[in-house]
Amino acid sequence: MSKATVELPPKAGFNFDLCRRNDMLTKNGVHAPSFLKTGTTIVGLVFEDGVVLGADTRATEGPIVADKNCEKIHYMAPNIYCCGAGTAADTENVTDMISSQLLLHRYATGRESRVVTALTLLKTHLFGYQGHVSAALVLGGVDITGPHLHTIYPHGSTDTLPFATMGSGSLAAMAIFESKYREGLTDFYIYILYLCQSIARDEGVKLVTEAICSGIFNDLGSGSNVDVCVITKGKVEYLRNHQKPNPRTYISSKGFSFLKGQTEVLSTKVTLLEKPQQEEGVDKMEE
Amino acid sequence: MDLNLDAPHSMGTTIIGVTYDGGVVLGADSRTSTGMYVANRASDKITQLTDNVYLCRSGSAADTQIISDYVRYFLDQHTIQLGQPATVKVAANLIRLLSYQNKNMLQAGMIVGGWDKYVGGQIYSVPLGGTILQQPFSIGGSGSSYLYGFMDQSWKEGMSKDEAEKLVVKAVSLAIARDGASGGVVRTVTINSEGVERKFYPGDSLPLWHEELASVNSLLDLLPEPMST
Repeated sequence: MSKATVELPPKAGFNFDLCRRNDMLTKNGVHAPSFLKTGTTIVGLVFEDGVVLGADTRATEGPIVADKNCEKIHYMAPNIYCCGAGTAADTENVTDMISSQLLLHRYATGRESRVVTALTLLKTHLFGYQGHVSAALVLGGVDITGPHLHTIYPHGSTDTLPFATMGSGSLAAMAIFESKYREGLTDFYIYILYLCQSIARDEGVKLVTEAICSGIFNDLGSGSNVDVCVITKGKVEYLRNHQKPNPRTYISSKGFSFLKGQTEVLSTKVTLLEKPQQEEGVDKMEE
Repeated sequence: MDLNLDAPHSMGTTIIGVTYDGGVVLGADSRTSTGMYVANRASDKITQLTDNVYLCRSGSAADTQIISDYVRYFLDQHTIQLGQPATVKVAANLIRLLSYQNKNMLQAGMIVGGWDKYVGGQIYSVPLGGTILQQPFSIGGSGSSYLYGFMDQSWKEGMSKDEAEKLVVKAVSLAIARDGASGGVVRTVTINSEGVERKFYPGDSLPLWHEELASVNSLLDLLPEPMST
């Protein structure tokens, strides 16, 4: 008796037909559209009693600047913020997801979130996706154990550092930190701190701004404005557009305003909307 | 120039574990790189697992960090159930278990070292495939290839704590001098019946080898005056 040679499709498991189709298409010169990436400069540093986070505000889509003033410093918890570089969608979603896990954890424990908790949640999530979630993060915050700064890479590895840079502009920004960050920023200013509480903070903000500017001017992927976030015990200052080194240049001195009636009205049709009926016995949703 | 910043974090590394009379000394350099870029020049590759067991990590930073996180968690539970400190062997075996069962997905070479009251100081190496080897001394990472001959010659049975520490620092600094993927500072951890002692040797305190130039803290210090912006 001869064996049946009919090949049956597998009953379960993955189907890779589309992978082969996609390979064929790329071979023939069809390229899938790329994701929105934040060619980015993000930085962070620790000072005496808190952390300073910084980011540029350019989002790119290949060679196109997709957003000239986006926000890259994301909220994690009232005392923790996180700068994101990599695919914009991934950084946005991963920080949002972990942020809500932290909120639930606060409800369950009744305690302030810790930076290590955010760190562990982020790194285990990213490790699980083996680098396919391309989020490179600088995580900073102040908790019961003091100020903390961490970097998290897309593959799930983490570092703990006194100063950190990430994104395509990380080299330019690191050059500034490596040459100007001194232990003095923490040690030397301790005695001045007795005199004036805010010097170390201002020094930190200045250095972070300088590092971001270095990214903005020397890295093509980064540009526009400087966002800064200063986190100290019990206080957060989110300085949106702290510095605007690239103002719009060619603006008409007369401004752009249009008088009413400058656009000709060709026809007019007004449709009245029906008044919506309130269903009986159903409470309106309230917040 | 291809820095390849998107490459996964790997620790082109030199790690080492040495037993001596009464305990163990672990040592590591401090360089973490992504492609050609040094992502962290002062990283700590000697991770604590329990009070008396430490782990030297080499390979993918993400992989070895997740392994040590899991093993620390398992050992904490184990210590609570047992009501006494976990042995070095148990710790090493947990590392081996994770390394072996996930060998297809991991890039991790590790050295476990510690002290317990039953056997004393022990070194276990768990290389890439997930095998386990108890050794009097062990070296690992990309820098280790420069050290085999040196270690075979200079490791002696019954060394003192001081001799062992000196040997570890010498070995790591030799590897740093020859291996491009290793660098920065030397970190050591000494574990014995007394407890644990961590030491740190900055790059400018390390011995200079053949034709090497003394390091300066920053190239900017060589300039007559700082550049103004």
